[in-house]
Amino acid sequence: MIQAVMVISTQAKPRLLKFYNFQSPEKHQDIVRGVFQLLSARPDSVSNFVEVDGIFGPGTKMVYKHLATLYFVFVFDSSENELAMLDLIQVFVETLDKCFKNVCELDIVFNFNKLHTILDEMILGGQVIETSSEQIMKSVEEIGRLEKQSSTTSLIPKSISDRFSR
Amino acid sequence: MEQLRTIGRELAMGSQGGWGQSKEFLDLVKSIGEARSKAEEDRIIARELEHLKRRLADPDVPRRKMKELLLRLVYAEMLGHDASFGHIHAVKMTHDESLPLKRTGYLAVALFLDERHDLVILVVNTIQKDLRSDNYLVVCAALSAACRLIGEEAIPAVLPQVVELLAHPKEAVRKKAVMALHRFYQRSPSSVSHLVSNFRKRLCDNDPGVMGATLCPLYDLILEEPNSYKDLVVSFVNILKQVAERRLPTSYDYHQMPAPFIQIKLLKILAVLGSGDKQASGHMYTVLGDIFRKGDTASNIGNAILYECICCISSIFPNPKMLEAAAETTSKFLKSDSHNLKYMGIDALGRLIKINPDIAEEHQLAVIDCLEDPDDTLKRKTFELLYKMTKSTNVEVIVDRMIEYMINITDHHYKTEIASRCVELAEQFAPSNQWFIQTMNKVFEHAGDLVNIRVAHNLMRLIAEGFGEEDEGADSQLRSSAVDSYLRIVGEPKLPSSFLQIICWVLGEYGTADGKYSAPYIIGKLCDVAEAHLTDDTVKIFAFEIALGRKIDMLPECQTLVDELSASHSTDLQQRAYELQALLGLDKHAVESVMPTDASCEDIEVDRNLSFLNSYVQQALENGAAPYIPESERSGVISVGSYRSQEQQEASAHTLRFEAYEMPKPSLALATSQASMSTPPADLVPIPEPGYYKEDHQISRSQPSGDAVSGEFGVKLRLDGVQKKWGKPTYSSSTPSSSASSQQATNGGSHSDGGGSTSSQVRESSYGSKRQQGTEISAEKQRLAASLFGSAPAKADRKAQASRKTAKESPSTEKATASSSAPQPVKEQVTPAAPPPDLLDLGDEPVSSSPPSADPFSQLEGLLGPASSTPVVSGTPATSSSKAPDLMSIFSDDVPTGATSGSTDPTLGDVNLMSSLKGATGVAAKKGPSLQDALQKDATARQVGVTPTGNNPNLFKDLLG
Repeated sequence: MIQAVMVISTQAKPRLLKFYNFQSPEKHQDIVRGVFQLLSARPDSVSNFVEVDGIFGPGTKMVYKHLATLYFVFVFDSSENELAMLDLIQVFVETLDKCFKNVCELDIVFNFNKLHTILDEMILGGQVIETSSEQIMKSVEEIGRLEKQSSTTSLIPKSISDRFSR
Repeated sequence: MEQLRTIGRELAMGSQGGWGQSKEFLDLVKSIGEARSKAEEDRIIARELEHLKRRLADPDVPRRKMKELLLRLVYAEMLGHDASFGHIHAVKMTHDESLPLKRTGYLAVALFLDERHDLVILVVNTIQKDLRSDNYLVVCAALSAACRLIGEEAIPAVLPQVVELLAHPKEAVRKKAVMALHRFYQRSPSSVSHLVSNFRKRLCDNDPGVMGATLCPLYDLILEEPNSYKDLVVSFVNILKQVAERRLPTSYDYHQMPAPFIQIKLLKILAVLGSGDKQASGHMYTVLGDIFRKGDTASNIGNAILYECICCISSIFPNPKMLEAAAETTSKFLKSDSHNLKYMGIDALGRLIKINPDIAEEHQLAVIDCLEDPDDTLKRKTFELLYKMTKSTNVEVIVDRMIEYMINITDHHYKTEIASRCVELAEQFAPSNQWFIQTMNKVFEHAGDLVNIRVAHNLMRLIAEGFGEEDEGADSQLRSSAVDSYLRIVGEPKLPSSFLQIICWVLGEYGTADGKYSAPYIIGKLCDVAEAHLTDDTVKIFAFEIALGRKIDMLPECQTLVDELSASHSTDLQQRAYELQALLGLDKHAVESVMPTDASCEDIEVDRNLSFLNSYVQQALENGAAPYIPESERSGVISVGSYRSQEQQEASAHTLRFEAYEMPKPSLALATSQASMSTPPADLVPIPEPGYYKEDHQISRSQPSGDAVSGEFGVKLRLDGVQKKWGKPTYSSSTPSSSASSQQATNGGSHSDGGGSTSSQVRESSYGSKRQQGTEISAEKQRLAASLFGSAPAKADRKAQASRKTAKESPSTEKATASSSAPQPVKEQVTPAAPPPDLLDLGDEPVSSSPPSADPFSQLEGLLGPASSTPVVSGTPATSSSKAPDLMSIFSDDVPTGATSGSTDPTLGDVNLMSSLKGATGVAAKKGPSLQDALQKDATARQVGVTPTGNNPNLFKDLLG
């Protein structure tokens, strides 16, 4: 299963953290630091796989992709295929690109909730459920549409609507 | 993607808005991005959190604003700040009617909380309600949250709804419901065990996505208990076949591959189901052959499928044709330029050599290349492979390589692992004891604090006991070579403490044994060690004790050292200094008997310690000393003293003291009663140091443990010995024997504790000066390859010896045959779940479903055709012909039936690969002759019988215990 999905900037700032096995918030920063140290020490044009037994426990591996100013990192155990995970990152990034029309780091910073939405459509409980970026986009767009519909009706401040409901 | 741009530029863009977020949030992100230091960033976020705390509690905040506030909170937490005050707001938001707010609430809750959190109870209710919602998005959000937040106790609350959702009209919901059930299964298998049949049912879902999702829980279930799912083999094979034949809608294609993720999952499942099951495996060969044939090595995902195929083939009942195809693909991976593929190739090779060790030989140069690759991951993987293929013929090269690599590792975790692997291989396959000692020296030198303390004990015992054969000469030779090497090493700065202990012990014990070195010289060295390691009490004690143990005639510098030490802060050292002085006051004969030369190898360590003490005890007793020290006083003195002396070793002191407090009551009572009468007699002892009693007590106690080396770690032993119950006062020196058994357990346990803490206490020494030159010329590579995979010239003379030995890997094929011969109940019924038409429709199949043994092979042969038709380069035939019988025998072992077709092909492939190896690249061509040489040598060696077939005489079996 997939243990974690992380997007870390080359400045060692976390841009997206999603752990499928709960990690306490205090541990998050240690993990990000550890992963970033590993990643930044790796030269270009080497393999995209790193064994991370030291950070995530025995048998865990990490696949990463370095794109512009971001590292996309998937951590998983022996029940997943490394190359397939690499392609899953590809799917993720492709979807982001479709979603934001030429995605850039700032899109990701400001819309990390949308990233979570996309990721929830791809991975649930650590298992891959959808790998077609078109399909993911479709669901995400539908969610967006429905959200917009319902949000237009709730622009009234909470206190006022409360008063009315009394 | 390439379109991702630098942050600075985007920040400029971002300040103009357009992300649907408020100015405040933009400013926050911007100011964090521009923060110069971590402290500044922390200040900004702290301010932000204050602000959020106020706003979130404010009832007049518009609800849309609330959503953003919550997201900002999530953001702050992601950056590592405590946002726990907002968790309750996130929970509240999940109750909201509006979809975006609800989703945001669920998102935040899933990120903030885990299933054990107190607030989760408040969410379970909402999830329950939302699972019944009409809006499928609400249901999806609830299912996602359920995956994350529903713990074992809460499962029954939502389970009925989730099961209902398995039949939801929306496939997205069904998919998520399957996953939620899977998650519940992971959390608590018992609570959903009655629902397992639902997974089987979902396998026939009309939507391939749902079917694919179902494979995840099924994989877990099958891993758990493969035998109850054997009936699904045919269904899985059919699904795989149809997927591979592109019967799924094109929307499932990914980079022109039909539903690759489903294929991979299916292959994983088949690998489990076919493992050791000939009949089940029989169903799979056809489809696997198909996939190999269609395999697309150009795309990443195509390679992923091929790799998974190799894994599957190496796991199921072996089939020569399939193995050959797998080996072919593996060699493609290894020859690829991509590091990722090389990595996969090495991994695949590691799987294949379990079935047929000879496959590795074809790829020797590729493996060597990977070993020298700058990519650390690849290197590690290659070392893993080498570890798997180590045998007595190549252990020297492999372990040398490993050590060389180990020296430069900075990662503690991995360094420990590789050090223990070196030790394991060395212990298992060592060609000679001398080599073993040298190897151990290297391991200790570079990773001394990371290896288990037991290894050190083993090494010392080996030196003390020698080969265990009658050959005394060889033993002493071994010792003197050990002494030589240690004398060389001992001057080096920064040796790990456990290694220093070994060195000191060996030097002290055997330094003068062969007369090459004079006693003063050795003592001088040891004194140097003691002085050089002033901060490390343990080492000091060690060196000192040995020095004192060895010699009677004092050197002046030694005397000063003793004087200095007797004024030491460490009571331990002080005590020993006084002991030494006392010893020197005795007559020569007494000293002789106290410290017999080279006694440790005859009667193991025990004798040495015991006689040393016994004679002393006797002497003391004869002089009218009290036979022992009362326990209460002893324990008091000891714990205080040790505490003071080992302030750095807090951990060990704590553990040991803890044990002392657990002392059984009766003994305490006894001890106190004896305390009163102990003090007066103590004055009668010739050298009235309380330490003497402790020493007596300690060593005699260490005797029953029976561990030769444990005596050396007296410091530790003394602490844990408090539990000892002493009988009535007696003059006999062998008092402790009665309590031997009761002591053994505690002694052993705490002893190893102490050892562990010693090694962990000392800082890691980064001692990597003796790094070998990284760059290697191709000829050298060649040689390495030969020595790794075949027999090197240097090893020719060891043929006779080697022939006695065996490879670690006994032919696994035999095992496989054995296991398959066991009756395997295979249910051949039709799958209970009727396959849906679009997936499992077997009606019109483009490929005729002929028996798996015939059809795919002919196709495979077609695949291999062009490869095998390449001309064989002259020179290779000799090698191949000599190799052929070998391979033949393997394959005939492997599969009795069809041996004719199976045995010829591999040979051809073999020749072929070698020729291609030779001719493919310029470098290889240049290297040609020496490769040939190596291979020929290999071939002759095989003819002579070096081929590992017997059992390795486990040299150190006794050591490994």
